[in-house]
Amino acid sequence: MTVESTAARKPRRSGTKRPAGAASAAKPAAATAKTHDAEPQLVQLLTPEGVRVDVAENPDVAEFAPFVADITTDDLRGLYRDMVMTRRFDGEATALQRQGELGLWASLLGQEAAQIGSGRALRDDDYVFPTYREHGVAWCRGVDPTNLLGMFRGVNHGGWDPTTNNFHLYTIVIGSQTLHATGYAMGVAKDGADSAVIAYFGDGASSQGDVAEAFTFSAVYNSPVVFFCQNNQWAISEPTERQMRVPLYQRAQGFGFPGVRVDGNDVLACLAVTRWALERARRGEGPTLVEAFTYRMGAHTTSDDPTKYRRDEETAAWEAKDPILRLKAHLLATGAADEAYFAELEVESEAMGKRVREVVRSMPDPDTMAIFENVYADGHALVDEERAQFAAYLASFEGGE
Amino acid sequence: MAVQKLTIAKALNDSLRKALEQDPKVLIMGEDVGKLGGVFRITDGLQKDFGEERVIDTPLAESGIVGTAIGLALRGYRPVVEIQFDGFVFPAYDQIVTQLAKMHARSLGTIKMPVVIRIPYAGGIGAVEHHSESPETLFAHVPGLKVVSPSNASDAYWMLQQAILSDDPVIFFEPKRRYWDKGEVDVEAIPDALHASRVARTGTDITLAAYGPMVKVCLEAAAAAAEEGKSVEVLDLRSMSPVDFDGIQASVEKTRRLVVVHEAPVFLGVGSEIAARITERCFYHLEAPVLRVGGYHAPYPPARLEDEYLPGLDRVLDAVDRSLAY
Ligand SMILES: Cc1ncc(C[n+]2csc(CCOP(=O)(O)OP(=O)(O)O)c2C)c(N)n1
Repeated sequence: MTVESTAARKPRRSGTKRPAGAASAAKPAAATAKTHDAEPQLVQLLTPEGVRVDVAENPDVAEFAPFVADITTDDLRGLYRDMVMTRRFDGEATALQRQGELGLWASLLGQEAAQIGSGRALRDDDYVFPTYREHGVAWCRGVDPTNLLGMFRGVNHGGWDPTTNNFHLYTIVIGSQTLHATGYAMGVAKDGADSAVIAYFGDGASSQGDVAEAFTFSAVYNSPVVFFCQNNQWAISEPTERQMRVPLYQRAQGFGFPGVRVDGNDVLACLAVTRWALERARRGEGPTLVEAFTYRMGAHTTSDDPTKYRRDEETAAWEAKDPILRLKAHLLATGAADEAYFAELEVESEAMGKRVREVVRSMPDPDTMAIFENVYADGHALVDEERAQFAAYLASFEGGE
Repeated sequence: MAVQKLTIAKALNDSLRKALEQDPKVLIMGEDVGKLGGVFRITDGLQKDFGEERVIDTPLAESGIVGTAIGLALRGYRPVVEIQFDGFVFPAYDQIVTQLAKMHARSLGTIKMPVVIRIPYAGGIGAVEHHSESPETLFAHVPGLKVVSPSNASDAYWMLQQAILSDDPVIFFEPKRRYWDKGEVDVEAIPDALHASRVARTGTDITLAAYGPMVKVCLEAAAAAAEEGKSVEVLDLRSMSPVDFDGIQASVEKTRRLVVVHEAPVFLGVGSEIAARITERCFYHLEAPVLRVGGYHAPYPPARLEDEYLPGLDRVLDAVDRSLAY
């Protein structure tokens, strides 16, 4: 194992110091070796072909399968609808960015199952701390999708009241929200409530000190929080290997709580594993790390150019695991849905897309004086002074020239 | 050919390339600096030519980036680290302020900390939250750090070389909205000293002092004022720590009026320090109080409001008028 070879390396004596220029020639093999399995062990309940995994033959999933035993064909269609609507919304937003209506967009394309599966596992009184890509989770929480677009259009820094849907504002500084989630969960525990908290973040984020500190606090205080990491294989241009040398879910072990890797393109497995983790939290058994093994099918954001660092074959291989096609195949094969159903859904998603376009295009720019709004809850003399000066300055143009 | 016309981005790229060529101890570190060449492409092609041991894609961890750069510097390397955007420097702020800035003093001068921290900063590109901030004051206030910002391609090229050669930690703020501005770079010139101010335009009625992205705005304001018969001198400060007070004083003794312009909030900003010092130094020369134009005591606003928030031509000219009215 490459990890051992690094550990076994003897400390160099000062006399054997290499010239710095020679460093690249003598690169240790460990620096490039891939330690991750190509096909990792993961919890899967629906194969890429859309076939339900036989639990009797796969004891690994036996612990989780009961958590979706109650799922009806209606529920399956509902999960499918969630994914389709989310993908449509995301595609619409990408198009709106291309048309200059949004300054930026972070697409979730490919991550629908991870988000809908985990999002539908939540109870209304659970609390969500997202990063900036959780459009599918927002959908599950009942946040109006158009509210998500304000910050990407540049008219606000949030756009919704987090307490209405227990869905916190998007967090752009990587990893910060995992600590907020942990603190919130500590509060839940202090209150004796039986709700749970879920924090979303990426594989890249798991390198941040904040995330390690969130793991530490949640473990030490046994907080009811689920860390839901969508490992979409990339942090902008950097592959997961640039962030860690052991499979991500295994990190939890060192902090003293369980980690599970789930097929992030399998909505059913994501639902089951998240329910399992949430129930542990509710029972007072503390945090869990869920690694949803998935793929970012598009660019990191609309500003990014993945052709600089990513191979087409990789993307193609993941397309074969598309979370939506997988459930569609299952629904068709089992007769749970027919073409008429899919056609109806198409009409519904088209209507949603139309509404999103209309709302965004007519979204007003904020009032200029909004710069000075809500800087402090109690007010502040300096802000008052600057607001007055700015108002006078603006007024000086009126009627002038 | 000694003189080339380059964008600021290309000048920085050339400067890094030269530093890597000249000193095998120079390392480039940061998120996405390798294959991608950085999100602004400032490190474009460097990993291809110098290898992964010299141009290092780091884990997504700013405290880690700066903390390990400190260790590498202790080991004799000269790390040049990139923080992807201004708002993401704060996870590393602890390492910068509590460790990097103090190591030299704590070691009674025996340890050198030749670390450069490059930060694309300030607004005007229509970005989302945390991508448009001007935190230079927070660094200039810290003893042990040097803080600079180029405003043009020639300075981008030369100041970065000088920062890398410096044995002190340098926070190198790059005005991201000017990355694509072109200017002449003489790669054989003898550059100005890293911390010297530069007269960007001579004038006799009033001095505008600025740095980084606001130098261009001030030059435009000076041109507009000239049409109204006002002679405006523009000083490019180039360095916020140390500040070239002698250079400012010389200009103010000539023009007798000073307006300091920056994007960062005015309250306790670099302009406040300059106003205080120049008032002390030039009390009997000044015809008007030193005025400041800058950001408000409010979070950087959403993109659709940044044109109102950022000091533009009108706000600078307004300050010029106010100063001249005394
Ligand atoms: C503290 C901080 N550093 C850098 C960035 C710039 N940045 C934004 S997203 C990103 C990559 C994130 O990767 P990952 O955590 O895997 O999440 P993903 O976007 O792939 O879902 C980076 C480097 C940031 N937002 N915050």
